[in-house]
Amino acid sequence: MSRTPKLHVPRAPARPGEKPDFSYVHLSPAGAVERPEVHARVRDMSGLADALVRVIDDDHHAVGPWDPHLEVHDLQVGLRHMLLTRAFDERMLRMQRQGRISFYMQSKGEEAVSVAAAMAMAPTDMLFPSYRTQGLQIARGRSLVDLMCQCLSNSRDMCKGRQMPVMYHWSRGNIFSVSGNLTSHYPQAVGWAMAAAIKGDDDVAAAWIGEGSTAEADFHHALTFGAVYQAPVILNVINNQWAISTFQGFAGGERRSFAARGPGYGIASIRVDGNDFLAVYAVTRWAADRARRGNGPTLIEHVTYRAGAHSTSDDPSRYRPKDEWEAWPLGDPVARLKQHLIAEAGWSEARHEALESELRNHVDDCWNEAITYGTMTEGPFLDENELFEDVFRDMPAHLIEQREQMRNLQED
Amino acid sequence: MPQMNMIQALNSAMDIMLGRDPGVIVIGEDVGYFGGVFRTTDGLQRKYGEHRVIDAPIAEGGIIGSVIGMGVNGLRPVAEIQFADYIYPGFDQIASQLAKLRYRTAGEFCAPVTIRSPCGGGIRGGQTHSQSPEGLFTHICGIKVVMPSNPYDAKGLLISAIEDDDPVVFFEPKRIYNGPFDGDPDKPAVPWSTHPAGEVPEGYYSVPIGRAEVVRPGEDLTILCYGTMVHVAQAAARLVEADAEIIDVRTMVPLDVATLRQSVEKTGRCVIVHEATRFSGYGAELSATIQEECFYSLEAPIVRVCGWDTPYPHAFEWQYFPGQKRLVAAIEQVLEAG
Ligand SMILES: Cc1ncc(C[n+]2csc(CCOP(=O)(O)OP(=O)(O)O)c2C)c(N)n1
Repeated sequence: MSRTPKLHVPRAPARPGEKPDFSYVHLSPAGAVERPEVHARVRDMSGLADALVRVIDDDHHAVGPWDPHLEVHDLQVGLRHMLLTRAFDERMLRMQRQGRISFYMQSKGEEAVSVAAAMAMAPTDMLFPSYRTQGLQIARGRSLVDLMCQCLSNSRDMCKGRQMPVMYHWSRGNIFSVSGNLTSHYPQAVGWAMAAAIKGDDDVAAAWIGEGSTAEADFHHALTFGAVYQAPVILNVINNQWAISTFQGFAGGERRSFAARGPGYGIASIRVDGNDFLAVYAVTRWAADRARRGNGPTLIEHVTYRAGAHSTSDDPSRYRPKDEWEAWPLGDPVARLKQHLIAEAGWSEARHEALESELRNHVDDCWNEAITYGTMTEGPFLDENELFEDVFRDMPAHLIEQREQMRNLQED
Repeated sequence: MPQMNMIQALNSAMDIMLGRDPGVIVIGEDVGYFGGVFRTTDGLQRKYGEHRVIDAPIAEGGIIGSVIGMGVNGLRPVAEIQFADYIYPGFDQIASQLAKLRYRTAGEFCAPVTIRSPCGGGIRGGQTHSQSPEGLFTHICGIKVVMPSNPYDAKGLLISAIEDDDPVVFFEPKRIYNGPFDGDPDKPAVPWSTHPAGEVPEGYYSVPIGRAEVVRPGEDLTILCYGTMVHVAQAAARLVEADAEIIDVRTMVPLDVATLRQSVEKTGRCVIVHEATRFSGYGAELSATIQEECFYSLEAPIVRVCGWDTPYPHAFEWQYFPGQKRLVAAIEQVLEAG
């Protein structure tokens, strides 16, 4: 019988109305994956790209060589940042539904990826965020009022009304601008790291993208430049299983992990349980130490699940089972750190609830302050002349003229 | 006749062409199972299968590069780029490859590819969901560039684009997907069912590429526009006591110079409108063409009304958008001059 090639089109494991099926997610038991020395050679650790680094075991205890042995205080701070991120997201989602902001993107279910990474890096390390990494901002101490004012495009908006909600930036906090153009910041992070190496600084850069975004050519550019110049950079892929309606197989995740792309470039690569705060912390710390010591870039794939809709413009019930998150084998990062703290550090349901309500109140207070700087419908508003600022450092004549035209029209 | 909005009309065009020609395939981010983020390809995968309506990895360069290969190998691909603002990773494949393949191989190779992409603002999409980059494409030799302003034309032009043996970049003004928007954001939205061009035949028909349409005949001045601006221009013309002739350019490359010339020779006055930024925008081409073709008929300087030369903002969208007020001012200026 003759055979002809047949176009293979990846099929999502489960669609609406079907039973969630995560049998494709390869898991390793907590504590089972070796931890190479930070100066180990890439070719001696290629197994890390297919295994799954996990620290918190099923009984909520920290086990194995990747246990970062954090102080109880740091664990509590991490939990607090994650809870605050979630409370912030919940509030902003609600505000979008009420028409107070035009758009929003939540990070529910992925909080550990950002929060643990930010805590594992030095404050002078430069972060190149994606639109779903608000935890980076929060873990670095960004005021929620600032984030809210950006979402409101109000008189205190850091972007001066020029960007959609969540496109934050924070130069003082060493966090670059979120770009709507997927993966564009990936090679930029490598370039930042190259500059650090050129200047002789020991700062490290890190960037985050979703697994869907690895399909863009900029992913390849980043890995090539990172490998060629051994740039001190951490390239994070947040594999949350879905890129809007297409599952991770459409970015090439059906046969090999996303981390497995790294060794082909000669880049140290690790696949980690993205819902395990301790594992993300440990792996990020390892990669940052490696970069700082001159051992080059690391690619980290964080295995997690996008618990919410892609954005407020999205309706995931059209393309995936409603109960997928409940079936997700790696659970909820917040609940897992909470249980770990209860098991090992004297945390309790009561303390947890008290913290949650304290943070919710804090978010409410921040919102009430943010709207005093204006909303989409009520002032104070930004000065509309701002529209023409910052296209160039100095405004050229044609923009001065156009600004004049706009003013004249307003006066008519 | 059935009523369709622009999304349904575009869907119907692809449906018909998938049905008529086994070489037609549709590919893009989220276009398959989901039916597209704007639902333009809704139901097509169910009907024609996942080998003909194909979800793509998020890689615009990959999408455009691969449809060129498919086109060379005998298919007639329709690629969707989710937002025109995200077409740039595929720009090299369009500018250096798709547009020039026929020329550089003396006609031995070509790729009959259609690239559809929603463009334009007025949806609070900020700088990455609002751009009108048509001028970047009209400056490339070897691709046709089209932008419909209503459901009837959208379907007929998309069918022509798919049937065309040359590559076509097909921009869809997303602000008018669901209804004709006249530039006044405070007015309640009107659906296409209130508009004559919302009547769209169920079956096959085509609207030729290369023909402009006079949407309103008039004597006093000519307004050249396309996309969303066709509706803004009509509303603005109603506000002034002038008998404006409004021309929907519809296809930017090739341009229907004869229709434009005829109109301006008659009216002697011309306003050019587009949402895209002004400097080196397509309006400059229109203005130069009118000047060259109709110089001795012109009674006043040509005036352009365009987006300001800044990135598309999130706040101040309506200060940015070239709305009725700016158009009225331009019309008055052109009528008073000379
Ligand atoms: C260059 C580019 N192409 C397309 C889009 C539209 N888009 C926005 S988000 C998205 C899905 C991204 O998925 P993934 O990278 O997995 O990240 P996630 O949303 O899951 O966090 C798409 C296609 C875009 N923003 N930029």
